Parts: sequence; C-alpha cells; structure tokens
Amino acid sequence: MNLHEYQGKELLKSYGVAIQNGYVANNMEEAVAAYEKIAEETGNSVAVVKAQIHAGGRGKGGGVKLAKNLDELKEHAGNIIGMMLKTPQTPGGIDGPGKLVRKILVAEDSYAPDFDACKEYYVSILMDREKKCNVIIYSTQGGMDIEAVAEETPHLVHKEYIDPLLGLQSFQMRKIAFNLGLSGQAFKEMAKFISKLYAAFVGSDASLFEINPCLHTADDRIVAVDCKVSLDENALYRHKDLAAQRDTDEEDPTEVEARGYGLNYVNLDGNVGCMVNGAGLAMATMDIIKLSGGEPANFLDVGGTADADRVEKAFRIILRDPNVKAILINIFGGIVRCDRVAQGVVDAYKNIGDINVPIIVRLQGTNADIAKVIIDESGLEVHSAILLQEAADLVKELL
Amino acid sequence: MSVLVNKDSNIIVQGFTGKEGTFHAGQMIDYGTNVVGGVTPGKGGMTHLEKPVFNTVAEAVEKVNADTSIIFVPPPFAADAIMEAASAGIKVIICITEGIPVQDMVKVKAYIEDYDCTLVGPNCPGVITPEEAKVGIMPGFVFKKGKIGIVSKSGTLTYEASDQIVKAGLGISTAIGIGGDPIVGTPTKDAVKMLMEDPETEGIVMIGEIGGNYEAQAAEYIKSTGNKKPVVGFIAGQTAPKGRTMGHAGAIIGGKDDTAEAKMKIMAACGIHVVNSPAQIGSTMIEALKA
Repeated sequence: MNLHEYQGKELLKSYGVAIQNGYVANNMEEAVAAYEKIAEETGNSVAVVKAQIHAGGRGKGGGVKLAKNLDELKEHAGNIIGMMLKTPQTPGGIDGPGKLVRKILVAEDSYAPDFDACKEYYVSILMDREKKCNVIIYSTQGGMDIEAVAEETPHLVHKEYIDPLLGLQSFQMRKIAFNLGLSGQAFKEMAKFISKLYAAFVGSDASLFEINPCLHTADDRIVAVDCKVSLDENALYRHKDLAAQRDTDEEDPTEVEARGYGLNYVNLDGNVGCMVNGAGLAMATMDIIKLSGGEPANFLDVGGTADADRVEKAFRIILRDPNVKAILINIFGGIVRCDRVAQGVVDAYKNIGDINVPIIVRLQGTNADIAKVIIDESGLEVHSAILLQEAADLVKELL
Repeated sequence: MSVLVNKDSNIIVQGFTGKEGTFHAGQMIDYGTNVVGGVTPGKGGMTHLEKPVFNTVAEAVEKVNADTSIIFVPPPFAADAIMEAASAGIKVIICITEGIPVQDMVKVKAYIEDYDCTLVGPNCPGVITPEEAKVGIMPGFVFKKGKIGIVSKSGTLTYEASDQIVKAGLGISTAIGIGGDPIVGTPTKDAVKMLMEDPETEGIVMIGEIGGNYEAQAAEYIKSTGNKKPVVGFIAGQTAPKGRTMGHAGAIIGGKDDTAEAKMKIMAACGIHVVNSPAQIGSTMIEALKA
C-alpha cells in the first residue's frame, strides 16, 4: 500500500525525522489558508505547491510549482487541483491520460535562504531479497533518477546492510554520513536523520522509504523534502492508523471492488479474461493466453474456495471490460471439487444471462470428469477442456 | 530415500485445533501420514483427531519425539511459531501460513540460522513424498509415486505439474512447495540440491515465478553439477506487468533481472529444459529423460 507524500511525511515526523513542513489542501480556500500558515511560520512568502498523487516525476508534468507570493499560490493551486497530471509513471506515461489531482501539499521552501548553498542527497530503505535483510541505499547524487545514477555512476551509490536481529548500529550511521562527505553539525544531523528514519521504517513495517531529495540546508540541517512510502500489506493489521490512510481514489476502481470480494485481481489491457485458482497458475494461464495468440485482460486468483458466489462476482468483473473477447476459466481442483466449481459456473452463467463472449472452462483435478459432464449437459455456450493444452488450443481457435 | 519427509517422520501440527489445522491434519492422517500430535497453547492435555495436544513444541519433542512440524498458525503468530519449533529442536519446519509480515520473516530467517533445521515456506502448499507422507494442503491423489522431484513457488501449479508428470507415465519422488513470499526458508537452489542428491530422483521439475533471483541461483547450481539430472523449468509471469504484485507477495518484477524472460534465459544457458508453455512440462520431461 502506498502513501501520499503528505501522509508519508507525517509518519516520518511522528518518528522525529526532520521534514519539509507543509499543509494539505483539497481546494482553493484550504490552499490559501495553508499558504498563510506556512508564510507565518517561516517568515518567507515563498512556498511550494505539490500535487498529491501516487506517482513519481510530478515536476516533469507541471505538478510541482514554486509560488513567490499569494497571487502565484492562487494561480498554481487553481491550475493543479483538478488537473490531469501526466508523468512518466502515470497510466500510459507522459503521453497518457494522466491522473486526476484531488489534493495538493502547500509546503515551505526548504532551500531558503540560500538555494546555492544547499545540497541534495538520495536516501532509501528497503528489504534486500538476496541478503534477506534491510538495506539503506544512499548517494550524493540526490534529486535525480537513482536508477540512472546507478547505471552511469555505480560508485556513487552506496549500500549499508542492517543486521535483522541487532538493528542499525552507530558506526553504520557514521559511515553513511562520512560517505556523503559531511562534517561538523551536518554530520551529526545526518546520523540522527538516518537513525530516526530507520526507526520509522521498522516501526511502520514499510517495504520502501525513498527520500529524494534529502536536503542538506545552508544552516546544516538535514531535511526530507520529498518522500515515497510503501507499506507491507501483510503488516497492516498491526498499523490500523496507517491502513486507514489508504486512498482508494488512487487505485483502479475494479481492483478495489474485487479486493472487497476477497478476489485477487489486477486489471490489464488484453482481450482474453481469465479466472484461476492460485496465483502461480493464474500467471501461467496468462502466459498460455499469450502463447495462444491472445493478450491477457487480467490476473485473477479466485482463491481456494471457488464457490458459485465468487465465480459469479469474478464473471461480472471480467465481463465489464469491453475489450474482453473470450474468457478462460482454469481451475485445478484439489481440496476444491471441480463438480462444485462447474455448478458454480453454470449457476453464475444463468444468473448473469446475457453473456456474449465465448467461455472456455478447463477443470482438472478432483471430480474433473463429472464437472465436464455438468458443463457439457448444461446447454450453455461453454467450451470445456480437461488438459491445459486443450484449453490453450481452444483459445487459439476461438480468437 | 526421498527428501525432507517420509513414512518415519514424526509430525506435529502447530495450530492443530484451529479450523485450518483440523481440516488439513485430518486429510494428512487419512493419507497415512505419521501425525504424532499437535500443539495449541492452552489446550495441552486434550486429545484431538485421536492425537495428543501439547502446550509447547518442546513438550511434543519430549513426549512423542516430534522431528517435523507443519504450521497453520494465523499470520500474526506464525513467525513466533516457527522460532518455537526451531528452538525446540524440530528438524523440518513447514509453514503453510500466508500473509506473514516481511519484517517478521527477516527476523525469523536470522534467528533459525543458529539451529540445525530446515524451514520450508511460508506461504506454501507443503511437501509430499507419495505413499509415505503428505505434509501440506495438496490433494494427495495427484501425486503418484515415481522418480521425478518437483520444486515450485506455487501451489496449484505444482498440482498441474504433477498431474502432467503422472499422465506422462512417470511419478513423483518428493514435491516441495517452497512458497511465494519474498523471503522463504528454503530457496529454489536448496530444494533442487536436495533432489539432485537424492538417489531416488531421476529428473527435476523446477517452477518459478517473476521476482527475486532464486531461479538464477538454482540454475547456476544445476550447471555446476554438470547437469547431473535433467531439469525441466518454467517461469510463470511472462505476461505480468512491471511493479505489480501478482497474488504472491514475492511475485513482483523489480528490475530487468527478475522478469520471466531474464530468468528463462539464464536457465536455458545453464542447460535447463525451459518450457514456454506450462502445458508442456510432462512431455518435455519425457524427452529430457530420453536424451
């Protein structure tokens, strides 16, 4: 689960991490109030307006603007709230339709009073799958795309692995600060920043923290100017406050609906829908569709209990996609009996009524033969298969 | 022989009296698996499914010589259950539980390193040695005895592979479901190594998914053995988009090295018989054994 920048910053702040202060605004009135508060707190009339969407590269699409005074603030807030922001990470990329901006963050100018004396660093924390521990990745090359930095100047990207049982040690904080070329007060501030940031990462069960840029100000403070925070979905049960911050407006509405039914669904842009039990078999089924000349329209794992109700809900979700030209149902019955699933398909089909795309049902495993009889005798326009290859051939034939 | 579990394994069920534990322990017992008891804290002294219930794993080790444990404990308590089993001296710990927080598994993995035990899972279907022991949630009848080992990140895809192998006239020595989480106890390479060293296994099916580098590690290992036994490999997720979690917490493309395409390329270069279609696993194994 991803947090917005303003939510991530509040989380960091609650752990004592220094952040670029700001207030979130949903409309012009709130934007003006936020600006006035910021101006009063900082004694500076300059503020930054930042679109709050779950995608990086916001500046490139005009989603981040500097306002030197109230008039400029109004202009930028007016332009950004409600805009369709296009960035390299929004659907379809920079030339795609973009994403609707519903909120902005009005934040202080952390670079004041001496922009040229500021330095930008990069700091992120994530779990390294190969080393099976958390890693802090950092670089003096802040404010840029870190993947590009790693590609072009790998020696400028450092990694510090953290012992899972002992946690972050003082020498590691010092090492990071030294490697960033810091000394004096800034050195101490960076060590403190890293220590608190790591505590926040572990304390919130995050899967990713990315602070880019992490700013070294002219007066030797270390400040998180931007932050990307992703949380471990599996750990949300122990972070109810964070779980409540989920912004479903940022997600695909069909995926949100499917999650409500306990279905694991990912929307794709192909022409063959699929319904499968088990995540691995679901991915394999998508691959089969592609090899048969189609493109998968979705990933859908109906889980271990594929009863009539779930099958019907899954059907309705797939059928809503106008691009779908055929549907492949692939169930390997283990504990789940195929005859029950078959009956579920028949019932769902009858309940929905008007289905105009060919449906291929492949049921294998427990009672697969009985299931095939149920499908074949139902009188429905359903093509049944038992072997996976037969199902693949049917997809090819029907497209 | 076989690996990890067999007819002599003394198996206990952690989370024995819960709904999942009860159902699957019953299925395991029906299969003929040597379940010697179970653990549910606070219910020690009871009898469940005609087997003794203990308060702690240590007690089960002491009283019924438990050496293998299968865990059905809910996610908030599963990491603790794994560590309890390890500290009590259990040798093979199979964790079925799906949804354990990653930071918990990071700690568990470091904790159990000091113990002489093998963790399989979490988020896995378990391990089965046909006609000897079913220590998992898989449908037993799909796995007929034979000489092909299976290593897989996925549950139903393991059943699919076994079904094809059996229909091809072969059978299964041991099938190991390693699990679909970002951190698992037994990565692909370790599981493949067990089967490579098992005298009863003549060929191996290795099923991976997008995300991580387990398959690449296993491929390098297989090559280093001089491809002693034929390995048929498949990677699910050739059509998966980048950056999206595909059901399993670990099935997410992070970079250019953990796509299905990249993994299949490394596997093929290491002499693995890579199939593009999961429907070709059985027939390809037949061909690979002839070669």
